[in-house]
Amino acid sequence: MSDAPERTVDGVVEVRGLNTRLGGSVIHEDVSLTVVRGEIFALVGASGCGKSTLLREAIALLQPVSGSIKVFGQEVVGLSDEEALPLRRRWGVMFERGALFSSLTVMENVGVVLREHTRLSRRLIDENAAVKIALTGLPPDAGHKYPNELSGGMRKRAALARALALDPELLFLDEPTAGLDPLSASGIDELVRQLRDALGLSIMMVTHDLDLLWRGADRVAVLGEGRILGIGTMTELARSDHPLIREYFYGPRGRAAREQAWKRNSATPQ
Amino acid sequence: MLSGDSQKMGMLTEQAADVSRGSAAGEMSCTGSWTVGGLASLEPRVEAFAWPAEGELAIDGSAITAMDTSGAWLLHRTRSTLELGGRSVRLHGLRAEFDALLKLIAARAAGAQVPSPPAPSALAKLGETAWIGLLRLWGMLSFLGEAAVAALRSIAQPRRIRWQPILHNLQTGGFEALPITGLLSFLLGIVIAYQGAEQLRRFGANIYVADLVGLSMVRELSPLITAIIVAGRSGSAYTAQIGTMKVTEEIDALRTIGIPPLELLVLPKALAMIVALPLLTVYTDVMGILGGMVMAHAQLDLSYGTFLDRLDDAITLRSYLIGIGKAPVFAAIIALVGCYQGFQATGSADSVGRQTTTSVVQSIFLVIVADALFSVIFSWLHI
Repeated sequence: MSDAPERTVDGVVEVRGLNTRLGGSVIHEDVSLTVVRGEIFALVGASGCGKSTLLREAIALLQPVSGSIKVFGQEVVGLSDEEALPLRRRWGVMFERGALFSSLTVMENVGVVLREHTRLSRRLIDENAAVKIALTGLPPDAGHKYPNELSGGMRKRAALARALALDPELLFLDEPTAGLDPLSASGIDELVRQLRDALGLSIMMVTHDLDLLWRGADRVAVLGEGRILGIGTMTELARSDHPLIREYFYGPRGRAAREQAWKRNSATPQ
Repeated sequence: MLSGDSQKMGMLTEQAADVSRGSAAGEMSCTGSWTVGGLASLEPRVEAFAWPAEGELAIDGSAITAMDTSGAWLLHRTRSTLELGGRSVRLHGLRAEFDALLKLIAARAAGAQVPSPPAPSALAKLGETAWIGLLRLWGMLSFLGEAAVAALRSIAQPRRIRWQPILHNLQTGGFEALPITGLLSFLLGIVIAYQGAEQLRRFGANIYVADLVGLSMVRELSPLITAIIVAGRSGSAYTAQIGTMKVTEEIDALRTIGIPPLELLVLPKALAMIVALPLLTVYTDVMGILGGMVMAHAQLDLSYGTFLDRLDDAITLRSYLIGIGKAPVFAAIIALVGCYQGFQATGSADSVGRQTTTSVVQSIFLVIVADALFSVIFSWLHI
């Protein structure tokens, strides 16, 4: 799997030889991967294996010790906030706990991005915010609520709406379905795929949700022991004989999700 | 964004979006990249487009090179506004992927626009403010009651007293406040002696500078300045700590585990403060008088020995105890207001900030009110 053909031609995110150390412990050791334009790419691995760290490095919030991360072909390692700004306008980030501004309504949370980066009229900003909110499947009246008045699932959707505010080409999602009930979670993974199909987005996400992996991800990288243990489609990874990968996918929950996915696939042959 | 080649060039170098009169009558021809970057200048042009008053209208989208949800929304809005006005609009030439995007927006955005709830009338606002004020008063009283009950319960069952947080609060709220309270009262002593020295010298009453500094510091200023500094230092910290714990649901967690939040968070703080503030006041008494003494020596050539001799006569035990006696009351005010305001915080970062401000303002206000009340009572009692 790890030697699966890396299509470097049209990489949106290209990670090469990444080394990270946090507080003295090694997080990444020579990690390389490529996210291809238009695909939904998932990073998985046990808790604390450095998935979120890799994501934070890709969005230039954290600096690795060495290695290179290119987004849209441009090096992000060592960029200052000011230098990263033009890049940051082209990608959207959804944080694990939403990170919505608690003193603003959902509409204002989305609108603040547009207000900061565009010169759109007030009316168009409000309408645009409402469209983004509607796109993520939130009820219209949620727009005038404050984040603490929303349920966890609605907060995630609101965070996604904010990530979409500037119509980014690339979305980074940190645990998009963590802490959601199965219904909301499947709503989110459907939404992610719909957005990709409709808007042509590339998506790089970190997740633990095996259902989301089977249904939503085009390719998956398994991170463990500081290295990439395998990259490929879920079907490819499921055939891997690496013990850690097998443990991850063939645990009791992994099996259920896989059987579900296979049942679905055999019901609707593609 | 949907456009292979334009993505690599970035938004800025794309062909700007524009509209122009189309070849057929009543046709608007759209060109360029309809993306969020170029929409600011595009919107007024679309709005100002001169549609003919009669006949069928058409929008030609064949020259649109890129489109995102914002652009699709503008196109959708333009079309549906016309259609709402009773005109029929034919949209043609749009690339298949843009058409799909437009359909998605049209489907999802139907009913997306919700007017913001109407602003309440002045009368409703007045009523709401009054009601909130009443609720707040009620809340404060019930908090005071709950704290008193918790305190009584702790006294009845001394095992329940949590010594570790008490000691911790003594350290942070008391010991660590020594440098700043000491410095400020020392400076205050200097200021009073300096101001008094000029006047006293005129009457040849140099020696009375000891009375001036000693009495004003010990009876009034030292308890007051210490309380004000501590309210700013510790009162605000109490509010911020409890407020953040409220926001992150830690208070609820404590309750669930079976630890009364008042017992863990409020009583140790109040108790530590009631012990620490009088001690701090003794210390600031000393520092303030020291400041006055240094100044008297420098300005009036009063020796330290003479100053201290005079001080002995000037300050009675009663005035000293009155000063110290106020401190526990101030301490209770600071701790209870600080904690109460913390519990009033609601889900947002903003509210923690607001409650912290309220806490400091309110506790300083109440400390000064209490001080004034003490003065009135003491003058009635002729002490």
